[in-house]
Amino acid sequence: MTKATVATCSLAGCFGCHMSLLDIDEKLLDLLQLVEFDRSPINDIKHISRPVDVGLVEGGVCNAENVHVLQEFRRMCKVLVAVGECANTGGVPSMRNGVSLKRCLEQSFIRGLGIEGAQIPDDPELPLLLNRVRPLHHIVKVDYFLPGCPPSADAFWRFLTELLAGRDPALPRELIRFD
Amino acid sequence: MLSRVAAPLETATHPEALRRVVIEPVSRVEGHGKVTLLLDDEGHVRQARLHIAEFRGFETFIQGRPYREVPVLVQRLCGICPVSHHLAAAKAIDVLVGARTLTPTAEKLRRLLHLGQTLQSHALHFFHLASPDLLFGYDSDVASRNIIGVIQAHPTIALQGVKLRKYGQEVIRILSGKRVHGVLAIPGGVNRSLSRDDGESLKKDIDQVVAWSQGAVKTARDLYLADLEKNAAFGSFRSNFVSLIARDGSLELYDGGLRARDHLGHEVFDHLNCDRYLRHIHEEVKSWSYMKFPFIVALGSDEGWYRVGPLARLNNADRIRTPLAESERAVFARLGEGGPVHATMAYHEARMIEMLYAAEAIRELLDDPDCYGSDLVIRGERAFEGVGVVEAPRGTLIHHYEVDETDAIVRANLIVATTNNNNAMNTAVREVAARDLDGRELTEGLLNHIEVAIRAYDPCLSCATHALGAMALDVSLEDASGLLVDRLVRDSDGRVARPGAP
Repeated sequence: MTKATVATCSLAGCFGCHMSLLDIDEKLLDLLQLVEFDRSPINDIKHISRPVDVGLVEGGVCNAENVHVLQEFRRMCKVLVAVGECANTGGVPSMRNGVSLKRCLEQSFIRGLGIEGAQIPDDPELPLLLNRVRPLHHIVKVDYFLPGCPPSADAFWRFLTELLAGRDPALPRELIRFD
Repeated sequence: MLSRVAAPLETATHPEALRRVVIEPVSRVEGHGKVTLLLDDEGHVRQARLHIAEFRGFETFIQGRPYREVPVLVQRLCGICPVSHHLAAAKAIDVLVGARTLTPTAEKLRRLLHLGQTLQSHALHFFHLASPDLLFGYDSDVASRNIIGVIQAHPTIALQGVKLRKYGQEVIRILSGKRVHGVLAIPGGVNRSLSRDDGESLKKDIDQVVAWSQGAVKTARDLYLADLEKNAAFGSFRSNFVSLIARDGSLELYDGGLRARDHLGHEVFDHLNCDRYLRHIHEEVKSWSYMKFPFIVALGSDEGWYRVGPLARLNNADRIRTPLAESERAVFARLGEGGPVHATMAYHEARMIEMLYAAEAIRELLDDPDCYGSDLVIRGERAFEGVGVVEAPRGTLIHHYEVDETDAIVRANLIVATTNNNNAMNTAVREVAARDLDGRELTEGLLNHIEVAIRAYDPCLSCATHALGAMALDVSLEDASGLLVDRLVRDSDGRVARPGAP
């Protein structure tokens, strides 16, 4: 049997969803019987190398680089999954949407406590920040939304094994949580 | 003096004439970072930088929120060490509610939670993220240079790593309700006790966890000693070290004062009350990274930067309270030949010695009747400003909040562990660029050397991107002679203007 291919990434998230995926513990070995990982922060593949079956995207979209990575995932992934609160709704980082960027910027880099060399970082290597943190589906079509902050390891396991078995991965109520 | 290669490679004089090579994203670390190298025609490295290019904005958007929400919100800074942020914030908020000294049950359960997190985070870093470089070689095949390759080639080691992490995560789940982003700490204490049943279930496996942790120290040490000369030199430099320290000078992760030692091991400050951190630690802003560069005020920004984390803590500690970890510390300290250990790659062994300490300390606490007590919360005299400092797995973590009469946060300052290591990681990047890459054809494997040095610091780049900002865009039009013809600036609110125009 050829293994399904999976790519993962974290955009404006905290890696908690990736940690929760690793929380399947020893079942990681079973998962490796079913899938092969392409681009993921747990390996050194920096860009998706070929079309893959499943893309798991954690985190919302906060800057231009996040947009590029998300578009790469949409282009290369047959099934794209928004994983966790930030990817689904923007999550905690989207709390910044209600705040003036100018005030924040000056507070962090100009008026902050114990700051020296006060200036606003502006190097071309720093990607352009979006004015709002957005959920994935504002940018690309999303096939599945896996809720939770983070989704539990059991939710990941159930979702992936159902999906890879060719079934529609509807989760029972007890595996769906929003905190 | 502190670094041998150092600053010259931080900024090239004529970047426009150089070839740019980028490592993006830096992988097998937590969060988002990239490295840029600028090379001249002969392949000599002229500039090397680690950039932190993402923002989130916690310090600003928690303003106006009631303080009791903060430990739950700020742990979303990081999914690997949420417990550290949860506890640093909780400690700051204890001060706000006048609860500087918690009940024995509350303090010990928070310590137990923190030890569970140290164990799982250190296991994750060593086995899941860093071990492929150490076991297979820095230049090894990218296809297997990851935890899956380790599972295939060294299943026993990999499975121990998975199970060590699992144990730490279970400590966290039992105490806080969830493995990631649970809640135990509340203002002035904790929200639950440890049940006898849960204590017994954790006790069942703890001897095995201690034994595996001893094995992990040996693995890390053997890998380091296998090529002592190379490992001692790789990405290495001398620096100051900062960490928390217990009153008696022993290793301390949850409380205590701040100790700073210079590159010879001499005291810079000691048992510093954490409330006064701001007099002694400032942060420098540089244009090319959203992560600031902290330094010890008395030494200045050039000489005063420092390292934090396992290496700093072991260098600073006079001893470790638990016997197995203490005997390993004594062996480790010999690497320093009478002074601090400076090797970047020595972080791994130091980290595993701390994991062993965490396992031993968990075993002690599970036998401590206070952990099963019911006196959970205290309150005292209200205050309006609080500082909380813990040693996160990656190093010293500082949370500082001010509130108003309505309990709303009016100001926040966070200095996270990875930010404290910013200058160190950049120095390591420059060292490796100058020694390993300079003048050579840059292959994937060679570029991984840069990442190996960054990984030794176990950076948590999500943590470090809490500052919120917007890009101000500044476009200059120059003629062929470099004379400025026109300049447009867009500010963070999106207004575009010509500077100097009426």
